[in-house]
Amino acid sequence: MSTGFYCERVPNLLHLSCEPSRSSSMAEQRFCKAKVGGSTPLSGSMNEQIIEVKELVKRFDDLVAVNKVSFEVAKGEIFAFLGPNGAGKSTTIKILTTLLRATSGEVRVNGFNVSDGQDEVRRSFGIVFQDPSLDDELTAWENMELHGVLYGLQKITRRTRIEELMKIVELWDRKDDLVKNFSGGMKRRLEIARGLLHHPKVLFLDEPTLGLDPQTRNHIWSYIQNLNRTEGITIFFTTHYMEEAERVAQRVAVIDHGVIVARGTPEELKAQAGVATLEDAFLKLTGKTIRDNEATSADNMRMHSRVWRR
Amino acid sequence: MNTIYILWLRQLKRYFRSRSRLVGSLGQPLLFLIALGFGFGPIFEKAGEGSYLQFIAPGIIAMGILFTALFSGIEIIWDKQFGFLKETMVAPVSRLNIMIGRTLGGATVATVQGIIVFVLTLFVGFKPASIALVPVAFVYMFLIALLFTALGTAIASMLDDMQGFQLIMNFVVMPTFFLSGALFPLQGLPEAIAIVAKFNPLSYGIDGLRGVLAGASHFGLHIDLLVLSAATGILVVVGSYLFSKIEI
Repeated sequence: MSTGFYCERVPNLLHLSCEPSRSSSMAEQRFCKAKVGGSTPLSGSMNEQIIEVKELVKRFDDLVAVNKVSFEVAKGEIFAFLGPNGAGKSTTIKILTTLLRATSGEVRVNGFNVSDGQDEVRRSFGIVFQDPSLDDELTAWENMELHGVLYGLQKITRRTRIEELMKIVELWDRKDDLVKNFSGGMKRRLEIARGLLHHPKVLFLDEPTLGLDPQTRNHIWSYIQNLNRTEGITIFFTTHYMEEAERVAQRVAVIDHGVIVARGTPEELKAQAGVATLEDAFLKLTGKTIRDNEATSADNMRMHSRVWRR
Repeated sequence: MNTIYILWLRQLKRYFRSRSRLVGSLGQPLLFLIALGFGFGPIFEKAGEGSYLQFIAPGIIAMGILFTALFSGIEIIWDKQFGFLKETMVAPVSRLNIMIGRTLGGATVATVQGIIVFVLTLFVGFKPASIALVPVAFVYMFLIALLFTALGTAIASMLDDMQGFQLIMNFVVMPTFFLSGALFPLQGLPEAIAIVAKFNPLSYGIDGLRGVLAGASHFGLHIDLLVLSAATGILVVVGSYLFSKIEI
């Protein structure tokens, strides 16, 4: 496994890095700083909204998980969706990605309605789920191949892109290894590569850096930021690391108890709250009470999984 | 079509790669065959019913298929919890195709398992009545496999975790197997058991297999095929419906 960032290893593919490294030029550094500060994205088509959510409501029996939520994400933007546990983040993402149906409200991704244009919506986004969603018993390459077939990519296109992407995430030399032998960081990289295979317009990342070490986190973010810059892919992500959101996101929205409580650039949020960091702003907005998440069945399964998988 | 193929292929790859599972799931049928086949053999013969090994071999083959097929279906719970199902659910393909691909894959795997058990029974001393009819036996094996993979899918679609697993084992899998005529002839049974066996689709699968492989059938091969196909059809429809309702 490599320790360096992509920008140093694969200069032609990823020539920009937001880490202010010595190799990057002045112009790039200025650019990076501008982005870190939360300014406008590179692409000119600013007012084009790639995600539109209007009055979204999701009810589970008597629980209202999402209550009249509205927000937009502009094309080419890096957007952070923040909130404490159980605030309604995952539910919203599930609705945006057609896994759940909304109770009411209108949701459009890439111009298509999630309720009647499911397949078009599905072709428009790639997703990296919070939990790995790879098949452990298949090799890295087979996971990619399966994805390509599911998305109806022609054989030649599929094979070329798989090789290209796996080289970018530096897993090409491990392509025939079973995924169960991969580390957490390698799985994440593979999932990102997989999510990009069908050339999506939006990439959803649900806590993409959860449980990863700082090296891997930096590695993954510099790759994602570069992707956003060079390909103009819109990034929609959630995270619990506020400093990560502050550093990477151009705009953020904070959701709590199913309602959007704040939105804007990280700078705006900090200014509104009158504090120095996004983390403080977040705490001020959502309070300091600890949200107890009940153990889900998934957690229980994970506990037993080691015994079962033998 | 490609979706179905790639998901079918996935099931096969998973099966052939987990050798421990493959070998492990052969242990039980083999034990049943040897312990029961030779253990009850003398009594069975004294009762004037002929060779017990010859009688239970088709039942044991069906047992191997039943277990493998149900577990292939129930694997969906794993995929639900460990994420892979989401990957297929957000893809621009219909849920019906996902379900068909998986079910055919599971059924193929279970049929292969049945064939392996069949070969093992030959080593233990089972003699098929007619070699020419062996391919027909494969058809019955595949139908049994399809039926129980679909049943597994239906059950797994309704469950969220493995907590209900013991329940399924004790109240679905075991009764289905033991009350099916796999281990004893269906003639002259107490009324209650005879009725249960009559409503158990596996009875017809085993009876069909026995008719083809050992040359003795209780219901008649046509009835067997008819009931088995109908039950399979119904469960595939039910399984598809429940699968399409999964929310994750």
